[in-house]
Amino acid sequence: MYVAVKGGERAIENAHRLLAHERRGDRDVAEVTLAQISEQLALGVDRVMTEGSLYDRELAALAIKQARGDMIEAIFLVRAFRATLPRFGATEPVNTGEMQVRRRISSTFKDVPGGQILGPTFDYTHRLLDPQLAEGFVPEQPAIAEASQAATPRVTDILGRDGLIEPSPQADGDAPVGDLTREPLSFPADRDLRLQNLARGDEGFLLALGYSTQRGYGRNHPFAGEIRFGEVEVEFFAEDVGFAVPLGSIELTECQMVNQFKGSTSEAPCFSRGYGLAFGQSERKTMSMALVDRALRAGELGEEVGAPAQDEEFVMSHSDNVQSTGFVEHLKLPHYVDFQSELGLLRKLRQEFAEANEAVEMQEAAE
Amino acid sequence: MSLTGPDSKQAQRKAAMTVLAHSAAADIAGRLAAIAVPSHQNLREPENGLVMLRGRIGGDGAPFNLGEATVSRAAVRLASGEVGFGYTLGRDAHKAQMIALCDAMVQSAALSGEVETKVIAPLRVAMNAERARKAAESAATRVDFYTMVRGEG
Repeated sequence: MYVAVKGGERAIENAHRLLAHERRGDRDVAEVTLAQISEQLALGVDRVMTEGSLYDRELAALAIKQARGDMIEAIFLVRAFRATLPRFGATEPVNTGEMQVRRRISSTFKDVPGGQILGPTFDYTHRLLDPQLAEGFVPEQPAIAEASQAATPRVTDILGRDGLIEPSPQADGDAPVGDLTREPLSFPADRDLRLQNLARGDEGFLLALGYSTQRGYGRNHPFAGEIRFGEVEVEFFAEDVGFAVPLGSIELTECQMVNQFKGSTSEAPCFSRGYGLAFGQSERKTMSMALVDRALRAGELGEEVGAPAQDEEFVMSHSDNVQSTGFVEHLKLPHYVDFQSELGLLRKLRQEFAEANEAVEMQEAAE
Repeated sequence: MSLTGPDSKQAQRKAAMTVLAHSAAADIAGRLAAIAVPSHQNLREPENGLVMLRGRIGGDGAPFNLGEATVSRAAVRLASGEVGFGYTLGRDAHKAQMIALCDAMVQSAALSGEVETKVIAPLRVAMNAERARKAAESAATRVDFYTMVRGEG
């Protein structure tokens, strides 16, 4: 139990003043700007937007600056900010099939229609620190080539045409889309809620769980059917306007995992799938998300359930790093009253123990 | 769809809104400065808010809530009566107001030609050029993997 404390105002004020000073660092070193963070630490901004669950590059950059680069603190700040604005409604679902593709790879088909586009990637780099980047490095202009006009259908759509992969579940008529920011979680949770939870879940947590499925804790034999990153258009049905208005575009990463077959006496075997979607270029996040999404479907697909990644309540209750850090970090707040009562109890128990021992010793001496 | 009916007007408004939402506020302001902006008033004061962005399970299935985005919106009425709406991602209320103003002008028989040629069209050229630049950069990274032993796939 936590009992409130009073006092310490002056010390707290001065501690925050010291924090602001330390945040600024050496004042002879130029201050970092939001544009610099957004442009040059772009993947950090993408992560804060994804897990902060708010698409706004500038706010995410501000959060990273304010949090001194502590990503979970930055995510916390963004989550708190979103509570200050009214919600106008929900957008039309984005169409990732019409993404303006910046990167698109498949580990299952080398000749995928629309082609494989590496885009800006760390893949195939040697992971050697580059001293040139330390200061004043001016990169070459990117190479250009004639862009193909061919469509880039999702790999899963291509497999789906031949019935080789299970179709995506379709919307259930008028059933509302689950929203865990409006209703508290309850179990079992439908897949829409699970995906929302995973989308804002901690990358490290999902990465570890995804990895655990590969190592045998709920294995489901994945292939990265497709990973794509690029811009998608967003539309919002505005009642006052009377039609779906374009809001502009956002950057998204999508991962389609293709997993081992399912089938029965009545249904032909086909690949099953796991899905990942996140803001910005968030490849590790979407791959991990897709692995865990698929693992959480074990029960639905008639697989043995037992591994941590297959336990919906375990995964969804511990994926949110703002919740996790809140509960872990609250331990450092004053718990004096709590501790005093524990201390009182412990002293009493020790006294009883000592008295009992004394009585035994006296009895032994008398005998 | 008829070329003059309400559907084509709606398509024209939507096409203009797409270009404007993709453009930087400073670029829209620069283009608007080149035309005589009609007198107008705010029907709704520009305001910031959120929309819940939705994806689809598997990319093509039932919708799910991915996360929110900041949005700014505004509505203006021209002295001649047309009501325009402005919606854009981000928190730039002035941009939303300029989009609303353009939307009202697009609906005005007297002004739609000028706003199309002097504001929307040049912004569309810039938007398409930016898209083409990105597509050309991506195309240069297109890869042809080949398997060492030629097989089925």
